[in-house]
Amino acid sequence: MIEVARLTKYFADRPAVLDVSFTVARGEIVGFLGPNGAGKTTTMRMLTCFLPPTSGTARVAGFDTFRDSFEVRRRVGYLPESVPLYRDLTVAGYLDFIATLKGLTGTARLRRVGGVMEECGVTDVRDRPIGRLSRGYRQRVGIAQALVSNPEVLILDEPTVGLDPRQVVEIRELIRGLAGDRTIVLSTHILSEVSALCRRVLVINRGRLVSDDYTSNLARALQRGLVLDVVARGSAEEVAGAMRRVSGVREVTTTGTSDEAGRYRVTCAAGEDPRAAVAAAVVASGSELLGLTARDVSLEEIFVQLVAEGGGARDGA
Amino acid sequence: MRVTARKRFAIYRRELGYFFNSPVAYVVITVFLVLAGYFFYNLLGYFNLASMQVMQSPFQARSLRLTESVVQPLFGNLAVLLLLILPLLTMRLLAEERRAGTAEILFTCPVSDWDVILGKYFAALTVYATMLAMTAVFPALLARYAQPEPGPIVTGYLGLFLLGAAFIAMGLFFSSIGDNQVVAGVATFGCGLLFLLVGWVGPLVSPALAGVLSEISVLEHFASFAEGVVDTHDAIFYAGFVVCFLFLAARVLESNRWRG
Repeated sequence: MIEVARLTKYFADRPAVLDVSFTVARGEIVGFLGPNGAGKTTTMRMLTCFLPPTSGTARVAGFDTFRDSFEVRRRVGYLPESVPLYRDLTVAGYLDFIATLKGLTGTARLRRVGGVMEECGVTDVRDRPIGRLSRGYRQRVGIAQALVSNPEVLILDEPTVGLDPRQVVEIRELIRGLAGDRTIVLSTHILSEVSALCRRVLVINRGRLVSDDYTSNLARALQRGLVLDVVARGSAEEVAGAMRRVSGVREVTTTGTSDEAGRYRVTCAAGEDPRAAVAAAVVASGSELLGLTARDVSLEEIFVQLVAEGGGARDGA
Repeated sequence: MRVTARKRFAIYRRELGYFFNSPVAYVVITVFLVLAGYFFYNLLGYFNLASMQVMQSPFQARSLRLTESVVQPLFGNLAVLLLLILPLLTMRLLAEERRAGTAEILFTCPVSDWDVILGKYFAALTVYATMLAMTAVFPALLARYAQPEPGPIVTGYLGLFLLGAAFIAMGLFFSSIGDNQVVAGVATFGCGLLFLLVGWVGPLVSPALAGVLSEISVLEHFASFAEGVVDTHDAIFYAGFVVCFLFLAARVLESNRWRG
């Protein structure tokens, strides 16, 4: 659905996006991850025909973003980062305006505007001027605007930035509901967002694509060994000792004790999963096992690592 | 083609809606009408005073004519007033879209630069036409109490309309350049004033250059309209002026895209 080949964008002589290539299949939700200023927005602006690339090509739904720009624009819904809406228009008036620009006419347009307001949960504020809406509602109107032409491809630039935690959850729910047949590319610098929404993640840093993989693969590839959080009631030395004797356990540290129970962090050797053995060892030592959870390596850690590796590779070259 | 027309009309309507849903159109129109009324009052008052003096010495009566003493100077004053007022209408047209970022949604919709330019241009032109139509109360007052010649009034209005249409096109062009409304407004005002007064240096420069300068002087082309003459050559000048600046605006939008 989206094919990007060697896409490059220079502003004056400063590269913003360098030689980025990737493809996105129909129906995929892909996360675009990178620190601020990494080139996410520039890439999205090229995908939506707002900026022409300096070199390389981007094709959306089979059309070149430069040569067949109108065909692409007809098929893409775009929510820019700052959610720029006309503050003086009402929600319904604004969506009707955008729907007209996207080429919808007559009753089809009325129906679609009504439908998209329903879908995004803004029907109850349909006659309010956008400038008087809360940030969360404005975000919904922004998404509704992107959806109004029922596009095959949805491009959302930082769709949850600046929202309170409850709104973030709501917007994520909304985005998840939009998937299905639709291809969604969303950018974020919040790592938990990618793991919450996307199966696949493209990591971009300083204009270059540093990684393109499934969210789960990425975590596995970089896992330096499982880390377990264990809570057990009993003598701290005995519990820690018992766990240390389990094969596959590299290190046990006590992270906190109270009268009731001790907390331990168990680091395992790479590729080992001794969770069952650890549990058995704790019980066998005569202590009570209250909790045992495996910590996933967070995307934060992965990200720091990837960015560091990317930087190192370039310095070496 | 019909779809394009519909999109242009949507942009036109949205822009007109902005003018009339915000205080902008009302403030601009009110200020314009108050000042225009003040000019009209002064011209008419002085004309009155002069008529009373003439009654004492009737041999001067021939030199006192409504068209020359009131109508023509009024159109001249309005032309200068437009220079101050119209940049206020045009400065936000495109600059604000860029500043607020709304350009990003607008230009990723399947609309061309020309759809946007024409929609916005005609919206500003409509506000201006409304504003100009409301000054019709002055000639109406004149007609109530005297017999002004209708010819110069009609052509004077046509001239003012064309002059304003030209300034609006120039304002749209300056608004396309950056994201700062004040810069767009000041540039429109400065450039407009220059186009208005460029003929002044005529006696100081070579005759050939003076000829060229008077050709591009917005005021020179306006003069004949105020005198009751419609010259196609003047009308073509204004039309060319409009097309030229709208074309430049389209080029600027395109170049902005390349520069990001």
